[in-house]
Amino acid sequence: MSAADWRKAMNSGSGRAAMRVQGPVAVLPQEISFQFKNPLAARHVLVLLLVLTFPLFASPFFVYQIGAQSLALGLIALSLTFLGGYGGMVSLAQMTVAGIAGYLVAILGTSAVMEISMKWPWWVAVPFALAGATAAAAFIGWLSVRTEGIYTIMITLAMGVAFYYLCLQNYSIFNGFQGFQQVYAPSVAGINFREAEPFYYLALFWSLAGYFFIKYLLRTPFGIALQGIRDNPRRMNALGFNVTAHRVAAYAVAGAMAGVGGVLFTWYNNLVTPGSVGTSWMINVLVIAVLGGMRHPIGAFLGAIVFVLLQTFAIDMIDRERFNLVIGVVFLAIVLFSPDGLLGWWAGLKVKLTPRGGVR
Amino acid sequence: MSRTWKIFWAVVIGVPVVAFIAWALWDNTRLFAVTFLNGLTLGSLYFIVAAGFTLVFGLMRNVNLAHGSLYLLGGYLGFFVAQWTGWFTLALAAGFAAAALAGLLMQVTIFRFMQGQDLRQTMVTIALSIVIADLLMWGIGAQVHQLEPPAWLNGPLRGIPVINAYSSYRLALLPIGIAIGVALWLFLNRTRVGMMIRAGVDDRGMLAASGVNVNLVFAITFAIGAGLAGFGGVIGAVELSMVPGEDIRMLLASLVVVIVGGMGSVVGAAIGATILGLAETYGLAYAPTYSVVFTFVILVLVLAFRPRGILGRPA
Amino acid sequence: MRRTFVKTLVGAAVVAAFAGIAYAQQGKPIKIGLLATLEGPFAAGGQDGMRGAEMAIRERGGVVAGRKIELIKASSDAKPDVAVNSTRKLVEQDKVEIMVGPLSGGEGIAVKNYSKSQPQVTFINGGSGAQGTTLQDPSANFFRWNTDGGQWMFGLGKAALDKGYKRVMVIAEDYAFPYSQVQGFMAEYCKLGGKVPVKAWVPLGGKDYSSVIARIPKDVDALLVVLGGADAVNFLNQYEQAGGDKPMLGGSITVSQDVLNYKGKRRDSLVGTLSAGPLADAYDGAEWKKFVADYKKAYPDGYPSPSLFAVVYYTNMKAALDALDAVKGDLSDGHKKYREAMSKMTLKLPTGEHKLDANRQAIGTTFITEVVKDSKGNLYNKFVRKVDNVNQTLGTPPADFKIGSRDEPNCP
Repeated sequence: MSAADWRKAMNSGSGRAAMRVQGPVAVLPQEISFQFKNPLAARHVLVLLLVLTFPLFASPFFVYQIGAQSLALGLIALSLTFLGGYGGMVSLAQMTVAGIAGYLVAILGTSAVMEISMKWPWWVAVPFALAGATAAAAFIGWLSVRTEGIYTIMITLAMGVAFYYLCLQNYSIFNGFQGFQQVYAPSVAGINFREAEPFYYLALFWSLAGYFFIKYLLRTPFGIALQGIRDNPRRMNALGFNVTAHRVAAYAVAGAMAGVGGVLFTWYNNLVTPGSVGTSWMINVLVIAVLGGMRHPIGAFLGAIVFVLLQTFAIDMIDRERFNLVIGVVFLAIVLFSPDGLLGWWAGLKVKLTPRGGVR
Repeated sequence: MSRTWKIFWAVVIGVPVVAFIAWALWDNTRLFAVTFLNGLTLGSLYFIVAAGFTLVFGLMRNVNLAHGSLYLLGGYLGFFVAQWTGWFTLALAAGFAAAALAGLLMQVTIFRFMQGQDLRQTMVTIALSIVIADLLMWGIGAQVHQLEPPAWLNGPLRGIPVINAYSSYRLALLPIGIAIGVALWLFLNRTRVGMMIRAGVDDRGMLAASGVNVNLVFAITFAIGAGLAGFGGVIGAVELSMVPGEDIRMLLASLVVVIVGGMGSVVGAAIGATILGLAETYGLAYAPTYSVVFTFVILVLVLAFRPRGILGRPA
Repeated sequence: MRRTFVKTLVGAAVVAAFAGIAYAQQGKPIKIGLLATLEGPFAAGGQDGMRGAEMAIRERGGVVAGRKIELIKASSDAKPDVAVNSTRKLVEQDKVEIMVGPLSGGEGIAVKNYSKSQPQVTFINGGSGAQGTTLQDPSANFFRWNTDGGQWMFGLGKAALDKGYKRVMVIAEDYAFPYSQVQGFMAEYCKLGGKVPVKAWVPLGGKDYSSVIARIPKDVDALLVVLGGADAVNFLNQYEQAGGDKPMLGGSITVSQDVLNYKGKRRDSLVGTLSAGPLADAYDGAEWKKFVADYKKAYPDGYPSPSLFAVVYYTNMKAALDALDAVKGDLSDGHKKYREAMSKMTLKLPTGEHKLDANRQAIGTTFITEVVKDSKGNLYNKFVRKVDNVNQTLGTPPADFKIGSRDEPNCP
């Protein structure tokens, strides 16, 4: 076989993936060079300072409903950004995994449903919940990864909805339509994590942990291999990497992260019901991830902040009834004109604003 | 899969099913027969809607998640046309036309410029589905809209052996579904455009290279696929009524049908729809609490052993 | 001349004195939050609920105890987490002093739980009718002035037996509100000797009732159908299409105005359906007739008659305002006087009188109704009979009372 034939064989079939990378506007991040730079720029310090001192100048409402909620949702969206942006598998089941973690915390821990909750202390219930979420994510991944990229959205959507109906119909474990109420964050060492400030710092801690973990993971051999698999699975397979195993592992990692976000989100809401894992929330998480931009992990949190602000204050600007329309139109505009979300729009703006010859 | 494994799975799945059928027939023959008809007719409706979905996906690799909204659009429009004119057939045509037009617009103004960017197209369809659903609710309201069947299909058909009485409209769904299936098959296999579509499903690049106006073929396909959703909407408006939220339900049913039956295959959609319809209705009749779990189990089984669906083809 | 001058001076002084008193009573505006489901499946009901609440405000001209009412609205989509988020915004961001809402049962329990963490605000229910909200783990600052789902059905059991229905099959959705409705019916029905051989619990949002219809046994006299909104319409349609002809008993939201007014041909098979709830469209009480006339005048694009949601929201908002009147708008002591006044108050409504029990749950009137068609072809609920002073435990001693569930109560 000639070299030209070899190249053709390597680049066709999964050539769609190659086409994607060469496409004019990609939804997936193209640069990997950023990972090897690590300057501590002014903006990093500024943002860190801002989030650390946020409770000092914001009202408890803002700290809790805007701050903590954005961080919890951002963590779940981050798992989607990791899986979709860096792994090439856009899974709509991240909210499902988060919901599984939330349900497990409610079932294993304390809630208003005395007949089902097992009342384990939080330091037992939470790790089990996270383990359960990771296992579920790996299972979902195993079912989804043996098909082509675009099938993943369909399959994960279908599985997410199946889980929703399971929660809705089953009363012996999931308590059906009512779900679990009064699922509270614990008090540890005298700090009551139900209060706005401690909970905010808890969410902030885990968000920062998730964010730095992802940034670190992407530079490890595993992370680089994952991105290689995203770009050209056939070639990676030929190089000896177990593509399926890598993908399932990526699902598991994303699942663990979504699980942490799910536990935080459940503690934020103080409840978990089938509505928390229904189609609207599943799509909301996708909207958040795309809104912020999947090219960098910070996009997930950006998208979450914008989403939560819109959700909370939409009723003051236009009717809250039309909230879905606003979200839909914003999402449509982003995908049509700036598929890299807010980050992509910002990057484009910076290019336009730098003096001529300036290239990022 | 080796022969022993195939036999093993056939036994594991087949024996409980046969045992169940035997028990159900002995226990309450009428219920079993009625449920069987219910399942087939529901499957017909699912087939009509899912056929459009799989056609669009098969040719253009576009997972059109706005398919449910097109169903809703066609259904509402058909309802209003039926109210104004009193003709059911006109309503059917209007539903088909409205959805087809919407689909055509979507393809020509948006998707045409995103060839090859599957993910982006899918996200656009998600956004469109949210926007269309909310616009419809804003304009038409959240009230239930129940379309009347035509006078000659109104009321029960009596005197059927074993079953006694069955809704004649519902029974009519079966021949309608079969007719659509046959018409689609004829279209795909006996017309020039159909030939081009089949060729495009196999190898899009080659189709373009042989001088065919690919954009035109895409537009036609999308229009037909969307029109089928709208047509299904009018039919569903009689049987299941129109209400916000129906779009998600139908979209999910289409997804499951296509995953089980195989992407891009109309025959696969027929098989998948039949399986889904039967599973849902038998579940609702014999174990209503867990009817959805059966659907889920079928989905998981298919994904585990035939990830591309029963008649699916490689991408 | 001097006398006229003095008279004018005295007159002016008196006027000035009155003006002064009036001005002193002008307090700052009072912020009231209103939450209903304006999105999702209950959107039509939520809209009517808001109309009902606004009617209570309009009755007083927008002012209560000299304070102007500032109404801040919020919306939810029947999901508890969305309801709590919206409520939290109203309470913590907009700083409302009184909170009226939410509409659906699951939301009600979530908001009740939230209310425990906000003791400085008084929460009044909107439309939610789940028994557990006030029966299990009640909150000291959550008041429910509408009767709950079980109370709404009390009296229907006897009416069914009077009509000769000795065996009834139950077809209801599989969640808490229908459980309470079925319990309200069966508590009396079973005690008086009726039998319920089959209970079919259908999944929420399932549209295909063909399987359930196939399971209806030949020897039941009537069907108790507790489905809401679109599900009710579907069931009725499919049942008629399949040739079913058994008489029906409807749950409170099964034959409510928003269902009877669905867009499509009026179902003659609905005529004669018995039901029960907190109102009867054609009740001939003078107050009720005035209420309906006010509704029709204020909302020409609403329903022909106020729906259950409008009445329930009106009830709760009126209670909030009446109690404010009783304490002359003074909420300065952390609402202590206000809540005390509310606990002791008798609320006069177009539908009767409501009082509160120890759990701050309403004791009120239940109406038994029958569906009839008027000259214009519209369907409405005719008044048959009413039962006063129905309490939450439906006449059984509280210790013996069990919340409705799938298996409770049972009398095959």
